[in-house]
Amino acid sequence: MPHDQHAKGPGFRQSMSGLHTWTGLLLGWVLYAMFLTGTVSFFKDELSQWMRPELPRLTQPLDPAVVAQRVADEIGRIAPNASQWSIKLPDGRSNTVYAFWRTPGVGKGAPGFGQDYFDPITGHRAEARETLGGDFFYRFHFQFYYMSPFWGRLLAGLAAMSMLVAIVAGVITHKKIFTDFFTFRWGKGQRSWLDAHNALSVFGLPFHVMITYTGLVTLMALYVPWGERTAIKTPAERQQLTAELSAFIRADKPGGDKVPLGSIEAMVRQAQQRWGTTDVGRVNSANPGDATARVAVTRGDAGRVSMSPDYLEFDGVTAKLLKVHDHVGAAAETRGVLYALHIGRFSDLETRWLYFIVSFMGTAMVGTGLVMWTVKRRQKLPDPERPFFGFRLVERLNIASIAGLSIAMTAFLWANRLLPNAMADRAFWEIHVFFIVWGLTLLHALLRPAKSAWVEQLWTAAALLALIPVLNAATTQRPLWHSLASGDWVFAGIDLMCVALALLHAVLAIRTARNSARLRPPRSASKRGGIPAMSREAAT
Amino acid sequence: MTARAHRLRSIGALTSRIVAALFGGYGLAALCSVAALALPISKPQAVLTGQLASFAVCTAVVIWAFAARSALAVWIGLALVAAVLAPLAWSAS
Repeated sequence: MPHDQHAKGPGFRQSMSGLHTWTGLLLGWVLYAMFLTGTVSFFKDELSQWMRPELPRLTQPLDPAVVAQRVADEIGRIAPNASQWSIKLPDGRSNTVYAFWRTPGVGKGAPGFGQDYFDPITGHRAEARETLGGDFFYRFHFQFYYMSPFWGRLLAGLAAMSMLVAIVAGVITHKKIFTDFFTFRWGKGQRSWLDAHNALSVFGLPFHVMITYTGLVTLMALYVPWGERTAIKTPAERQQLTAELSAFIRADKPGGDKVPLGSIEAMVRQAQQRWGTTDVGRVNSANPGDATARVAVTRGDAGRVSMSPDYLEFDGVTAKLLKVHDHVGAAAETRGVLYALHIGRFSDLETRWLYFIVSFMGTAMVGTGLVMWTVKRRQKLPDPERPFFGFRLVERLNIASIAGLSIAMTAFLWANRLLPNAMADRAFWEIHVFFIVWGLTLLHALLRPAKSAWVEQLWTAAALLALIPVLNAATTQRPLWHSLASGDWVFAGIDLMCVALALLHAVLAIRTARNSARLRPPRSASKRGGIPAMSREAAT
Repeated sequence: MTARAHRLRSIGALTSRIVAALFGGYGLAALCSVAALALPISKPQAVLTGQLASFAVCTAVVIWAFAARSALAVWIGLALVAAVLAPLAWSAS
């Protein structure tokens, strides 16, 4: 803030307040979108199930060993000359098995890549509509879309870094952080926004710090590659580093002797003896079908809070256990734990819900912070009818990035149900619909008076969300009453969650409409009085 | 005139702090990540330690850039830290 940057320097708290305001605002809209799509991603597997309604839910527990063998056999038929494949086993949260494989380039041809979802019961490819499912929100959350993942991830890193600074500066600003938490002044305009922002921030503070720092850690090799570039020079050193980060099997160059893979089932059985029946995460193979084949069976996410590599390495032909990889160095383990804390895959259902709720509060923290920027400045406007450009910009961007994002995300679910299954590029069109609708909400926010735009968009989001169970009932064989009766909690949960979110948006719409009616007369009346006291106060 | 000079000066100071926060923040974080290689641990662990710590360094620099009493103090502080880290980074590379 220029006015308090005198040569002597502003008060410490005041400059921290300024830092909090501006680091929070500049990428605040990006942060809000990252926070909300990230929050939803804690249930990405469930959302993916909901978005492929033709695939039945799993009703009986599966034996990972049997499933792994089935899918490995199927990949052997689909891609007999694959140089590598990887199978992610079902973990009770998904009803399909995801696998990918690489094929060597033939002659001068580029190496190939294939991926698909498989039915764990038959082992065949799962025949479902083309969709990215919950993975779209997940990927958008850290690399956005319509731009290269590289630039998207840099932008996400910049936003996360701003967030980390905003959190620290915000904590310094609040000397009465504990008292503030127990203070709530309802219906008091700016005070209420501030109190809401404080409560949301303070309650989740450890989580917000953790999720921001660990988010940066997930992509740290991209953000700070300098140590790696300085120290890691030879292929051997690179291998050492990679082995600390991921389940990495080094297979020799394929010898060309065709030998069928040994029993995958037997290898997974050995892993089960070590970790328990269900705690097997992935099965990877290098050079399958060759005499040099190697197989790695990776431990599941549920057994421990770490993403550091923990796997068994087998000779792919004889199924003999070659090596147990179950520990890494201290720094690598720290990274593994931080990484795991961010994505929360270790969570059981209760922990997952806690993650979702606190993360949702974090989203609301960013949202209330963005709105507060305008609420605070509105009272100081020289002419409330004609605010300055920056004010109008922030005000309109807030509408589209908060209310508009709710509409766009719900539109994505609508597109999933309404686009014809046979449509070309269907999965991409679901995403295009998301962005087209989001663009329209921005247009609407620019054209309508701000308060009306808020209210109309919040009501639109409420209506679209409330109608999701109706849409689902009309377009699938799995309506809400059926899901409830049969104990299909993934479908019932998402239908009911949409209704709960619809109620939230309706409440916000009603409150916004009421506020505007009540706030208008006093605002013009108090144009002169009462402002200095408010405006001098920073966020304390 | 003096008011204007004052204003220009404060804008200059603010710009200087912002530049220190952005480039100093990332610069020192990067420098720290390389200096970590001087730690008496294996190379992969040192690389990861530097990466893990870099975001805390970056945050601290940005806070410092706006907490120091004057813009000049900001740069002096950054220079001092850089002077400590640079030889370590240089010895490790």
